[in-house]
Amino acid sequence: MTRLTWFYRLASPPTSYATAGRLLPWFAVPAFLLLAVGLYGGLVLAPKDYQQGDAFRIIYVHAPSAWLSLLGYSVLGVSAGIGLIWRMKLAHALAAAVAPIGASFTFLCLVTGALWGRPMWGAYWAWDARLTSELILLFMYLGYLALRSSYDDLQRADRASAVLALVGLVNVPIIHFSVNWWNSLHQGSTVLRAGGPAMPAAMLIPLLESFAGFTLLFAAIACIRLQAEILNRERRPTWWMDSAIKGVPHD
Amino acid sequence: MTPRQRRITWVVAILAGVGLAALVAVKAFDNNLLYFFDPSQVQAGLAPKGKSFRIGGMVTKGSVMRAPGSLEVRFVVTDFAHSVPVRYTGLLPDLFREGQGVIAHGRLQNGEFMADEVLAKHDEKYMPPEVAQSLKASAPALVTPYAPSRDTP
Repeated sequence: MTRLTWFYRLASPPTSYATAGRLLPWFAVPAFLLLAVGLYGGLVLAPKDYQQGDAFRIIYVHAPSAWLSLLGYSVLGVSAGIGLIWRMKLAHALAAAVAPIGASFTFLCLVTGALWGRPMWGAYWAWDARLTSELILLFMYLGYLALRSSYDDLQRADRASAVLALVGLVNVPIIHFSVNWWNSLHQGSTVLRAGGPAMPAAMLIPLLESFAGFTLLFAAIACIRLQAEILNRERRPTWWMDSAIKGVPHD
Repeated sequence: MTPRQRRITWVVAILAGVGLAALVAVKAFDNNLLYFFDPSQVQAGLAPKGKSFRIGGMVTKGSVMRAPGSLEVRFVVTDFAHSVPVRYTGLLPDLFREGQGVIAHGRLQNGEFMADEVLAKHDEKYMPPEVAQSLKASAPALVTPYAPSRDTP
C-alpha cells in the first residue's frame, strides 16, 4: 500500500484543506474571465438564430447548467461510493460539498428551460422523458441533502446519504440519453452529436467558453464549500487555529 | 473477504440492482415514455384508440388553412411516409409554421385528429438568419427543419 501514501496524505484534513485553498484561485480567476468572454460573446456578439431570434441565447446559461447538474451528481455519486468503500471522510465531505451546487444548477436548468419553452414550444412544462428525468435529478439532490440533515451523527449521515447518492447515479445516463431513446419534446444534443455540432462557430465558440467558465466556477465554489465542510468536521482539532493565529502556512 | 472487499461488493451490488430495476421499469413503461406517436405509428394502430394521445410530425407545406373570423386552423401532420389531418382551435406557438415540427395533443375522430393543444418542436440545429437565407438558395434540403421521428435520434 506504499504507493497510495500520497493519496492518504492528500486525504488528511490539513492537507486537503490547504490544497483546496491553493487550487481556488486557479479555478476562480479563469472562471470569471471565461464567463465574461463567453457570456458577452453569446448574449451580445453571437448572431441570432434564424428561427428563434434572440430567444436562443438562453442556451448560454441553460446548456452549461444542464451539464453541471449531471457532472455534479456524478461527482456526488462517485465520491459517495469511494467514501463507502474506503471509509474516506474526505470523499464524504466532497459529496456533501458539491450537492447544493449541483442542486442549484439543476434548478437553474429547469427554470431557464421553462422560460424558453413557453414562447418556443408553447408550454412551460411537458412531461416528456428529458424534462421528467431532470426533475427527478433535482429530487435526488434534495433527498440527499434532506437525509444528511436528518442525522446528528456525521458518520451515520455520511453512510446513509451515500447509499442514496449511489442509487440516484442510475438516473444520470437516463437523462443524457433520454432524447435518443424516446420520442421527446426536448430536442437532441446540439454539441455532442453524430456528425459534429449543429451550430456555426460564431455561436459555438462562446458556448464552449461558457461551458468551461461555468465548470470552473463550479470547481471554485466546490473548493470553498469543501474547506467549510472540512472545518465543520474538524471543529475540535486545533491545527488550523494554530495556523490562523500564528500565521504559519497551512502546509 | 476483507471488510473492504465486502464493502466493494455491496456498492457494486447496489449499482447493479438499481441499474437492473431501472432497466426493467423503463422497458415496462416504454410506451408511456413516448411523448408522441408519429403518423406511421398512428396508421399502424399503435396509438391508443378512443383515448387522447399526442401526435408528432412536420406540418405539410401548403396545408395550413385558417377559418376566417375564428381561431380554427387545419393542417396536415406528416412523417413523409403517412400523414394525418389535424384540426385545432386556439393560439399557436411562435415556432409553428409550415415545414416545422409540431406535437399536437387530442384524439382521432373519423380519421381527423381533433387537437386541444399544439406545441412546436424545435430541432437541435442553430444558424444565423443570413446563413439560413443563403442555404435556402443553394441547398434547400439542408434548411428543411428536422421532423421528429422515432428513428432519428
